[in-house]
Amino acid sequence: MIRVEIGKMLRSRRTWSTILLIDALPTLVAVLLALTDLGPRPGTGPAFLSAVLTDGTLFPLAALAIVLPLFLPIAVAITAGEAIAGEAQQGTLRYLLIRPVGRTRLLVAKLVSLMCNVLVTILVVAITAYVVGVLLLGQQDVATAGVTSVSGSQLSDQELLMRTGLALAYAMLCMMGVAAIGLFLSTINESPLGAALGTLAVLIASTLLLTLEAAEALQPYLPTRYWLAFVDLFRDPILWRDLQRGVLLQVVYVAVFLGAAWANFMTKDVKD
Amino acid sequence: MIRTHGLTKRFGRITAVDDVSLEVLEGDVYGFLGANGSGKTTTVRMVLGLVLATSGSVEVLGQAMPAGWRKVLPQVGGMVEGPAAYPHLSGRANLALFDASGPGGGRVSRAGRVDDVLEKVGLGDVDNRPTRAYSLGMRQRLGLANALLRAPRLLVLDEPTNGLDPQGIRDIRKLLLELHAAGTTIFLSSHLLAEIDQMCTRVGVLDRGRLVLQERLDVLHRPTGRVLVHTTDPAGVRALLDGAVEHQDGDRLLVRVPDVAELNGLLVRAGIPVLELTPERHTLEDVVLAASSSKSQEDR
Repeated sequence: MIRVEIGKMLRSRRTWSTILLIDALPTLVAVLLALTDLGPRPGTGPAFLSAVLTDGTLFPLAALAIVLPLFLPIAVAITAGEAIAGEAQQGTLRYLLIRPVGRTRLLVAKLVSLMCNVLVTILVVAITAYVVGVLLLGQQDVATAGVTSVSGSQLSDQELLMRTGLALAYAMLCMMGVAAIGLFLSTINESPLGAALGTLAVLIASTLLLTLEAAEALQPYLPTRYWLAFVDLFRDPILWRDLQRGVLLQVVYVAVFLGAAWANFMTKDVKD
Repeated sequence: MIRTHGLTKRFGRITAVDDVSLEVLEGDVYGFLGANGSGKTTTVRMVLGLVLATSGSVEVLGQAMPAGWRKVLPQVGGMVEGPAAYPHLSGRANLALFDASGPGGGRVSRAGRVDDVLEKVGLGDVDNRPTRAYSLGMRQRLGLANALLRAPRLLVLDEPTNGLDPQGIRDIRKLLLELHAAGTTIFLSSHLLAEIDQMCTRVGVLDRGRLVLQERLDVLHRPTGRVLVHTTDPAGVRALLDGAVEHQDGDRLLVRVPDVAELNGLLVRAGIPVLELTPERHTLEDVVLAASSSKSQEDR
């Protein structure tokens, strides 16, 4: 069933048009940077953007930082909201269930396919960003090989690779949190749009509360609180505090909402 | 094959299915009749484990549902409340997808299975256009093809001829009778009396969530004890059988007699020309309406 779901996802035209759209934004940023040569001053604007002007190979990370806070979660929310409610609305859910596909297995397959979708998106974004970055922004000359970390010290290629891998994993986990919320709403909502909008509402509310001083007591528990903590992976030494909290928080979100989605779906009357 | 006991489903304060005890035997073509909104579809959904009963039990192929779905459902083909398919994929791709989703469908034999069921439902020469471009009849056939993928022992079909033209209805009926002859038990829900009348061996009638009748079709069609006499001399018949004539419509008379052969002899001996002599039988329509109305009278 997992393979079937991934196949469905990869064959859907919408998957690829969404990826294309998500991919377009960082590419546009790269073009603008190359044309104007106007990077944000260090410490302002999206992470890494000030660094990419000197080194295009860093652009995949900058692209990730551009895409992660808004574009990617929107895509995940819509796809996750669609997962169960979309099949139900289409009438295909009942035919899957009487094939039979177990309800738990269906839910797991949907989650795995969602995460594959995120992975494909991130990879496409990273690869295009690398190509675009090197082509448009140029590579640092070999003499000064090694990349400057956010803290100013030098990182070896190997270290950079490992840290980038960790960053991708962290981003995946954050998106899994969104996917869990979306899946849960998709099992209680009749319409896929409602489920997607509900998920987005949660994310927007969370982002909003993060800017509100009065909500300070809530802030450590908001789902979007530590999303950008992956930047800390590129400090020297790595600043683990927020990353650890972020991982813990996302794991709790995933567990709670997936559990709720499962409990609800198992006892749900499939009437559509 | 299907046995429910005191099956009840409430949605909030509405009781959709009320204390229904069905019994579908192996080899039946079971006609499940009921007006729209009488609870047929909800019952079908409970049988297939899609909707969970408020109380009562369901047993399919000897196993409790929904607990035994893993064993039961692979042997059951179903169509519930109209067919459904992924609109952007072709019919063939849809079937391959549904086939791959469940257990028991090897990848090697998949294309053959899909072709096979498409052929059976008359979609053998279908092209690669997406199902969103299908007519209602084609969708219906595709839904049936999907139900047949695993060569099921039991077919549960909800309104299978909905949206089909007369030729299509005849094709599907023929297919179902062939499957039945090959040993498939068929549970067919419909609001069309004629459809049930032509195909089924047993009938269950649902009226506002209650099973008001469950009987073999040939028992329902038993003689009424009256005989239709079509004659050119109605007055002569009246004179001969005074009192036994219960109804007259021109030169057709309904006569209550215990023995048709005796009546025949009597008429011939009296020299009355007889154009037609037929024992009257209960029609499904009469029986169903009577069952539904008598129950609703009890309610009052």
